[in-house]
Amino acid sequence: MAYFLQQLINGLTLGSIYGLIAIGYTMVYGIIGMINFAHGEIYMIGAFISIIALLVLGLAGVTCVPLALALVLLTTMFFTSIYGWAVERVAYRPLRGSPRLAPLISAIGTSIFLLNYVQILQGARGKPMPPLIQGGFTLYESGGFSVRLSYLQLLIILVTLALMAGFTTVIATTSLGRAQRACEQDIGMAALLGVNVDQVISTTFMMGAALAAVAGLMVTLYYGVVDFFIGFLAGVKAFTAAVLGGIGSLPGAMLGGVLIGLIEAFWSGYFTVEYKDVSGFAVLILVLVFRPTGLLGRPELEKV
Amino acid sequence: MTAASGFAAENPARASADWAVELKDAGLAALAATLLALPLMGLQTYDVGGGALGVRTRFDWVVVAAAAVFAGRLILRICHRLTRRRERRSDGVLASLTASTSRRTSLLAATGIAFAVALPVLPFSSRYLIDLGTTVLIYVMLGWGLNIVVGLAGLLDLGYVAFYAVGAYTFALLARDLGLTFWQALPFSGLVAAGFGVILGFPVLRLRGDYLAIVTLGFGEIIRIVLVNWSPVTGGPNGISDIPRPSFFGLPFARSSPEGATTFAQFFGLEFSPNQRVVFLYFVILALALVTNLFTLRLRKLPIGRAWEALREDEVACRALGINPTNVKLSAFGIGAMLGGFAGCFFATRQGFISPESFTFTESATILAIVVLGGAGSQIGVVLAAILLVTLPELGRAFAEFRMLLFGAAMVAIMAWRPRGLLAYREPSLHLAPRPRWARLR
Repeated sequence: MAYFLQQLINGLTLGSIYGLIAIGYTMVYGIIGMINFAHGEIYMIGAFISIIALLVLGLAGVTCVPLALALVLLTTMFFTSIYGWAVERVAYRPLRGSPRLAPLISAIGTSIFLLNYVQILQGARGKPMPPLIQGGFTLYESGGFSVRLSYLQLLIILVTLALMAGFTTVIATTSLGRAQRACEQDIGMAALLGVNVDQVISTTFMMGAALAAVAGLMVTLYYGVVDFFIGFLAGVKAFTAAVLGGIGSLPGAMLGGVLIGLIEAFWSGYFTVEYKDVSGFAVLILVLVFRPTGLLGRPELEKV
Repeated sequence: MTAASGFAAENPARASADWAVELKDAGLAALAATLLALPLMGLQTYDVGGGALGVRTRFDWVVVAAAAVFAGRLILRICHRLTRRRERRSDGVLASLTASTSRRTSLLAATGIAFAVALPVLPFSSRYLIDLGTTVLIYVMLGWGLNIVVGLAGLLDLGYVAFYAVGAYTFALLARDLGLTFWQALPFSGLVAAGFGVILGFPVLRLRGDYLAIVTLGFGEIIRIVLVNWSPVTGGPNGISDIPRPSFFGLPFARSSPEGATTFAQFFGLEFSPNQRVVFLYFVILALALVTNLFTLRLRKLPIGRAWEALREDEVACRALGINPTNVKLSAFGIGAMLGGFAGCFFATRQGFISPESFTFTESATILAIVVLGGAGSQIGVVLAAILLVTLPELGRAFAEFRMLLFGAAMVAIMAWRPRGLLAYREPSLHLAPRPRWARLR
């Protein structure tokens, strides 16, 4: 029971991170119907920028941890969202309206480019980060095994919940959100009705990148090390999460992320660690066989 | 602004306003570049020892990057402006190829085949060139295999490398455990790969485009992870080595013959040279690739090939006409997988050593890029794209660590340049009436 609870907490933490990345995939897919393959690299860039920002703040003498974290969060979101904007502007916008596969290849090219860009600029070795937030609560203790919820895990889950709430509000109530929903339904019609489609798409990419940046910061704090190749696997898993939840649906992305996190945590807790990356895919295939549009996805209408 | 540029030549006031616009645009691009470069280029993390990190600044790089983007953007816009007024119709050699008659296409194909056959005896050929040619042909074959799935049947497969891996490992295991030779194992490699294709395809083929993409990607990763972790059988990350080389109708390519058998060099009374095997491998993959091509071209004329293309164009209409989409897709998936399996078998015998590292997602992405770049559905386009994508990193060796960086950038640039692929030739194999002129120019 204690072990189960512990895995549940670990899984929720991991799932929050996947969910944050998955939102970027699902929003972009919802609006322009393409898989933004470079999103995993955006998350990796977010992790690198966060570690650099932390170091710079350390040099600048900011010692108050909450203040430093807040500053790092904002700078990371800002700079990473510019990367998101640039990727859309350079790699995807020239291809809008071309066959469906073209932007996909362009995205894969972008992903290769960004991966090597960071590797060349920052070096191939993992970047270690001393733990900033230590300690936690002991929730439950039995038979020498204690269930712990560290402050960091709590922070990750809370920040994710706050961002989710914030985002849902933005999408549901602001004019930007209305424009995004309009573009999601019919991009051509939205343009005719005066929605600045280019701007909406750019903003969507920036929002997705900002969320991925938060995930990058969280991962830096959580694992204490950042590599230039973390983007691919995290990206694939987050995309799996987005598809699992039903691509195009925001709550679906979050649900899918949490599910993938839980599956991984329980799989490595109860079965083998080696095959933990297989577990997520296996569950995805199973779910898609029975619900081809994902858990919360709407069925697509087929028209002749 | 687009409309204004046409009058720029006659109206000097407008022209100067245009210049201001261009400069402002380039300035904004440079600003964006500065912001992009600032955190990752301008600040570099480095080890200070003891597991700690330090940061050093490189702001001169940021200035250079911003200046380069400013100049590049300005030049690009000016070039764009100068060329925009010309007719869009003359799109160069490639466009005329696209609209070419089938006779000209077959002439090109014949020239290509003649060149490929003659390559080993051409005066400038070298061992390096033949090796490169072999690699290109492997990718051509993989590209043609994937072309059936993506180009003809219109199914997005991001895990094609899984079948390539299955083919390679099938041969490696058959050779290691049962002592089969390359030629004996080749059909099995194809069959096992096709089996995997059908097994994967069966549950997932009713999914729509992008869902299929992620499932195939996941399948590719599953195969790779299993290969890494199932050490007793697959050798884990160390892979399988000492895979037998192919023989020429039972004549091995070796310096000295094992117990009484004749080697290739002895039989033909030649001086032994390691190049003989390289050339032989080249011809084997050339033959395999040509058979693949012939096979695909014939398939396209069969009802099943017609059904693939019809399905790609309109699934609902196909269903209305009584085509069973699942079976048709499954056959495309299986046949594509089989061709990948053959290529994998050849890859294993050529390398003599395989490990899961050769079957990463990057490979799938490269093969898919070859198909899309070639113009999905075009056989010759695949060849051109394979040559381009294989030789590009080779040429880039001079740039050492910047090789893959340039590769990624080139992929983006080529897609932006020709979004429909080098040879956008997606004309159906069969149509009732001659296509109108506007449709051909499209």
